[in-house]
Amino acid sequence: MKEVELKMLERAKALLERGEVARVIGWKKGDFCFDPTPASFESVDELKDFTYDWFCGANLSKYLIQMSKKDGKTAVFLKPCDTYSFNQLVKEHRIAREKVYVIAVECLGKLNIEAIKEKTDGIVESVSVVDKDVKVVTTSGEFTLYKPEVVLSKCAVCNKTHQVKDEEIIIHERPERDVNRFEEVEKLEAMTAEERFAFWKAQLSKCIRCNACRNVCPACSCIKCVFDNPQSGIAAKANDSDFEEQLFHIIRAFHVSGRCTDCGECSRVCPQNIPLHLLNRKFIKDIDNLYGEYQAGETSDGKTPLTSYSENDAEPTDVVNGEAK
Amino acid sequence: MQRIGVFICWCGSNIAATVDVEKVAEIMKSEPGVVYSANYQYMCSENGQQLIKQAIKEHNLTGIVVGSCSPRMHEATFRKTAEEAGLNPYMVEIANIREHCSWIHKDMDEATEKAVILVRTAIAKVKLNAPLTAGESPVVKRALVIGGGIAGIQAALDIADAGFEVDIVEKNATIGGRMAQIDKTFPTLDCSACILTPKMVDCAQHEKIDILSYSEVEEVKGFVGNFNVKIRRKARYVDETKCTGCKICMEKCPSKKGLNTFNMGLNTRPAIHIPFAQAIPNVAVIDPEQCIKLKTGKCGICQKFCGVGAIDYEQKDTFVERQYGAIVVATGFKPIDLDNFNEYGYADNKDVITSLELERLMNAAGPTNGVLLRPSDGEHPKVITFIQCVGSRDTSGCGKPYCSKICCMYTAKHAMLIREKYPDTEVHVFYIDVRTPGKNYDEFFRRAVEQYGVDYIKGMVGKVYNENGKLMVQGSNLIDNEQVTIVSDLVVLAAAIEPEPSVRKVATLLTASIDTNNFLTESHAKLRPVESPTAGVYLAGVCQGPKDIPETVSQASACAAKVIGLLVKDKLKTNPCVATPDEMMCNGCSQCANVCAYGAITYVDKEFRLGGGKTEIRRVASVNPAVCQGCGACTVTCPSGAMDLKGFSSKQIMSEVEAICKK
Repeated sequence: MKEVELKMLERAKALLERGEVARVIGWKKGDFCFDPTPASFESVDELKDFTYDWFCGANLSKYLIQMSKKDGKTAVFLKPCDTYSFNQLVKEHRIAREKVYVIAVECLGKLNIEAIKEKTDGIVESVSVVDKDVKVVTTSGEFTLYKPEVVLSKCAVCNKTHQVKDEEIIIHERPERDVNRFEEVEKLEAMTAEERFAFWKAQLSKCIRCNACRNVCPACSCIKCVFDNPQSGIAAKANDSDFEEQLFHIIRAFHVSGRCTDCGECSRVCPQNIPLHLLNRKFIKDIDNLYGEYQAGETSDGKTPLTSYSENDAEPTDVVNGEAK
Repeated sequence: MQRIGVFICWCGSNIAATVDVEKVAEIMKSEPGVVYSANYQYMCSENGQQLIKQAIKEHNLTGIVVGSCSPRMHEATFRKTAEEAGLNPYMVEIANIREHCSWIHKDMDEATEKAVILVRTAIAKVKLNAPLTAGESPVVKRALVIGGGIAGIQAALDIADAGFEVDIVEKNATIGGRMAQIDKTFPTLDCSACILTPKMVDCAQHEKIDILSYSEVEEVKGFVGNFNVKIRRKARYVDETKCTGCKICMEKCPSKKGLNTFNMGLNTRPAIHIPFAQAIPNVAVIDPEQCIKLKTGKCGICQKFCGVGAIDYEQKDTFVERQYGAIVVATGFKPIDLDNFNEYGYADNKDVITSLELERLMNAAGPTNGVLLRPSDGEHPKVITFIQCVGSRDTSGCGKPYCSKICCMYTAKHAMLIREKYPDTEVHVFYIDVRTPGKNYDEFFRRAVEQYGVDYIKGMVGKVYNENGKLMVQGSNLIDNEQVTIVSDLVVLAAAIEPEPSVRKVATLLTASIDTNNFLTESHAKLRPVESPTAGVYLAGVCQGPKDIPETVSQASACAAKVIGLLVKDKLKTNPCVATPDEMMCNGCSQCANVCAYGAITYVDKEFRLGGGKTEIRRVASVNPAVCQGCGACTVTCPSGAMDLKGFSSKQIMSEVEAICKK
């Protein structure tokens, strides 16, 4: 990891020094070893706080909507999963592609500090990773954890590869993994309607409408969200029932369907630990079944299943019956 | 302040028998915003309209709601009424209390309660209506006919005779369609080719008609008056402008074993061929699946012998794009596949044939030169059994639920012709019912029975099997109440007909609706039988429903009349209910443009103020109102809700939903 971080820093310095870019978007060190924050670096001097470690899970692509409007080029470090969001945003004309310099970086999965804290005592002081062992030093001692158990949920089933290939890549060789990202969705599908309703009711009733999921989501990039628009007739209304929050999340899932790249940021940032990504992933699975396999953000052009028509599209009756193609 | 008038129609007893119309009108008087409410026996009548006009003037109404039949029936009528009284026609809303209410309910209390809700819903909407003004769009004075069978030919000739340009797009190498395959036509028994081929020639020679044979419609954009159609001209590997139809290539072609599809596969034809002697255009086509040169690169014999150098093995599909004001769909039919009907032994016995195959066997230009010989051994069949309704009127799911309409008559024709030409032949016909409505049709059928002695047996056939080279037809005779087995030499199946499968693609391209049997839906079963619900699209022939030649020709001419009526206009009024974006909310994401079937949405860069003296360039959607058809696809796709539809705004629809849900 250190080696990759140094390479990244070297590239960031060179780009800024030569004036090839006006700013670099990456991560800067936080107060603790586990809370690096997305940051924009505009000078070599500012790069002293630059970091890239096992906790840099944040997807930086959404920042480019605003950054690419600024003068000069913006360099950005994107992990494999982030490149899909980047492509999707380029496709939707939200990022001015010519004003961005993409540096794709290695990722072997990012750690989930909440999971680590649960499995250790004391205050986390340092974390290091060797293969599948995560060594955690805390104020109470040393712990060795099994990495697959403490990665972010999005990383546990990740098989994504870099999709922005025309610029530079600080590469790594990650072996192909045999993962099924739909396993959790299948479990939900196997439930009866009542069980599933109970599951979501329990999960979604935890929602405090902090809007973190919406604000982090690269697909939720509307200039004005319908939920903030007084004209829409649904903004800031008092809840009509104790389960009205479900509508927010379900409407949100509909709005991003066919566009969600499954980057998993919604679940990562949820302070209530609601597995929001499962709603999106269910839509992805259904789209795969009904319209043929489709991965949003694989390319920055081409047709998307929900906004294009082909003769082989599922008939409405197939959709109602949930029949696969 | 809104001043709404409510007008409840009885529709004679259509509504009034199930809905307490007086009560509905009375309740509406106390609805907020309503200043006038009345009921009348026939609101669409002269007197009813007068009542509306008077109320608009006397009560100074700003909007009206008519509780009546479907808006598809009389919305235009009441809009005109309002306009005549000085009210903007788009300040009219229809509450459908007939189709959506009285017709589907029996209980008066329930129906009345529902009618009240429906009228309230319309009031909620009309309060948010805004006056709209229709624009104009020009009309391209050229028609497209899809399908070159008798329906397409007749429609094209009639339109062209009125002085308009017509293109016929035919997917096969020649026009003529199914009628060209038929031997004789009922009820007059005149030769099909003799009456069809002169019309084909007329098409070819007509200066206003352009025949695009071996071509298919690939893409349709635009709308009534302004369709933009992309046509694929399939590679026929023969230069249409050079080929003289001399047929030397057919003689010399060494690959002669292709099934002759024109003869229903009953004999073979060369890889390079002209489908039949009177084909229009009289130009050869190469079957790439069969051509040795195209498959292996070796041969090229036809090219060597062609005196005019018309053969081009390198030919590729090409595309032409043309504009049309109107489109006639005349895609025709095919007999159903008989895979689901093993009991009749069609797949296993050469001498079990379909009626269309029999047409070819009896045709002078057919595989047997018109001598009726059975396919298995070339002998004259002595006992022929016809089986009716093979897959028609079939509710088992194996066939089609509808009556194919033509089979009773053509079977009587076949039976009669056989008895006439081969009097020593015994002819039996198994039938469920014989249906012969039509001028001179029943007389025709009775001639077959009474004059020609055809043996009609009322009953269905259980199975057909081969025993020692004879076809055993086992069925029931319901009149004599007994099981019979008829030892036959030839069995003829009256296979049901179904719309040509390619109609699905055509319907999709045209957004023309289609029913469960793949028949195109007409706009109104009785009063608009040749118009598709899609404006500017007309239907002729079997693509709309089973019909025989006289009916097809009548419908084609009716289509032509409709097309001519459209094409003589210089301008059409456009629908003012078009989409319109809120630029302040637009993300410029292009999703609306992606779903727009009419290409009405483009994007422009605009400068927006951000406050603090700063500005920003944003990419925002822009709708061309002349092109937008108001389908609303963009409004539901837009994630931020920036796109809205005039006359059907999200606010209006939400207020309707709220009116329905309000207790």
